[in-house]
Amino acid sequence: MPRLELTVDQLRERALLVRRDIVTLLAHSQSGHSGGPLSCADFGTVLFFHEMELTPDRPSANERDLWHFSIGHVTPVIYSLMAERGYYPLADLLHFRSYQGHLQGHPSKHDTPGIDVSSGSLGQGLSVSCGMALGSRMDGSPRRVYCVMGDGEQQEGQIWEAAMFAAHYKLENLCAVIDYNRKQIDGDVEDVMGIAPLADKWRAFRWNVIEADGHDIPSLLDAFAQARAAKTRPSVILAHTVMGKGVSYMEDDYRWHGVPPTKEQADQALRELGSSLDAWTDRLRAHATAAVAPSANGAS
Amino acid sequence: MSETSTAKTASATPAASGAAPSLTKPEMKKTREGFGHGLVELGEKNPNVVVLVGDLSGSTNVNYFAERFPERFVQVGIAEQNMMCVAAGLAAVGKIPFLATYGAFASCRAADQIRVTVAYSDLPVKIGGAHGGISVGPDGATHQAMEEIAIIRSIPNMRMVVPCDYWETRKATIAMAGDRHPYYLRFGRESVPVVTTADTPFVIGKANIMREGNDLAIIACGVMVYEALVAAEQLAARGIQARVLNVHTLKPLDEEAIVRAARDCGAIVTAEEHQVHGGLGSAVAEVVVTKHPVPMELVAVHDRFGRSGKPEELMAAFGIKAPDVLMAAERALGRK
Repeated sequence: MPRLELTVDQLRERALLVRRDIVTLLAHSQSGHSGGPLSCADFGTVLFFHEMELTPDRPSANERDLWHFSIGHVTPVIYSLMAERGYYPLADLLHFRSYQGHLQGHPSKHDTPGIDVSSGSLGQGLSVSCGMALGSRMDGSPRRVYCVMGDGEQQEGQIWEAAMFAAHYKLENLCAVIDYNRKQIDGDVEDVMGIAPLADKWRAFRWNVIEADGHDIPSLLDAFAQARAAKTRPSVILAHTVMGKGVSYMEDDYRWHGVPPTKEQADQALRELGSSLDAWTDRLRAHATAAVAPSANGAS
Repeated sequence: MSETSTAKTASATPAASGAAPSLTKPEMKKTREGFGHGLVELGEKNPNVVVLVGDLSGSTNVNYFAERFPERFVQVGIAEQNMMCVAAGLAAVGKIPFLATYGAFASCRAADQIRVTVAYSDLPVKIGGAHGGISVGPDGATHQAMEEIAIIRSIPNMRMVVPCDYWETRKATIAMAGDRHPYYLRFGRESVPVVTTADTPFVIGKANIMREGNDLAIIACGVMVYEALVAAEQLAARGIQARVLNVHTLKPLDEEAIVRAARDCGAIVTAEEHQVHGGLGSAVAEVVVTKHPVPMELVAVHDRFGRSGKPEELMAAFGIKAPDVLMAAERALGRK
């Protein structure tokens, strides 16, 4: 089956590769978001390399789990996860946000194979995921649906319309993940427009609320297992993360929400991540024609 | 262009078939009934058709579908933005979702959801925008949608149909289910004259000639097709033969039928129950000025909000009744 179920060590290693991809593609595009993609890298890796059944060679296949990033601006992590998982060649990452490439600034269904629904206007993705989950249940499909949201995004009213809907229809096949890095583009979330107490809000909306350390692989594995076990309720994982995680000068600094590193900053970041800009660019460029097959021994 | 309902012929389809509906004592039926009946017919044919509603089952007549197919009916409550995106999610997993709410909310409140989630993804969401136009009546300006054509036709990938009566609404509902693109269907609240029959051809993207003539073309959509026919009758009494073209599909527009009308008739009046900015008149003008310029007059609501009143008195007060079409015809003919 296409569910990989990598080990904890393999997942940590894979998340490191994803972080290097993120920094490298941003260094080349010189446009895009840095902070959120890095905070999503660990739970994203757990989703793509352990939790979800995916069919990268047949991206529209029926028998697979569905994922949707309501935070469309974290494309650097989405595209890196997809490339590492084998949806398209790693070299494509070097053309992020370019006119010639297929990787748009925000996810586009008709540009990138594997994107089921375009996103980019905040607040809409949980509703889309509700529709996917309800439709799957109507068909008697065992498919699960995963929706990634931001913490700042919780300020959008439509999120709470969807929260009500999912609980009303008891969408137990729906699992939302909130990248709770406590930063948004204008500053600290609690300063811009407070969302606390967030867990209580979701509990009040009758969701199964799970809190996890968003950078601790065992904590995340446990959270997804709890969500899978939930009956008659949708689940939401509050993944407590750090914006810019893994790059010292970006960590916990909201100014890195929407800007890329310079090439020099990127090289420094990649050295912190055990590589260099030149070395990792070469690694991506080397995979220009064929998708990279996931190398996990744990593939089942 | 639609894949299952495409026109085989290049020419506009003659509408005449069976007994011609009366203009003086027309049968009156609600277009929303056509939507409701069309959905039930679709539900029987296609198990993938699902219907969503935002707490307006009775007023949009999706209650017929709900009673018949409760397992495929999704009550969303008063949350139009959520409904639009839930429909997109259902479409993404292979359903053909129809959603229903008032046009004011479907087109304006959920415009961003239509643009970013539905249209950019080109998902087959079918939006039923009820209570279109000033003829909504007593509810007043907030509920009288008159901007939908301008909004929807400016969004790439969207298709839009504004049917003229019960039969056309029913046929449009069924036809759009067979096309894999997103649609907006605009219909009204009140009973309106039936000007077509069960047998009148309906092809998405192909305008219907409702009356032949070469002196002037009246191009109309929705309930204004009836008003255009009444005006044409009065013109005929003066020896002026007006062609009445029912442009039920606002997008994709039947440019060929419009250019032919301009060429054959030399003057055009457009008639719509919608704001003059960005509506049918604008759409027709975009074709006429570039392909075959002729004098044009636009009968529409001129940049005003509606107000409470009886449908008939509002249409007269806002200048969109047959006498207004007649006066516009005289102006257009004077400029030939």
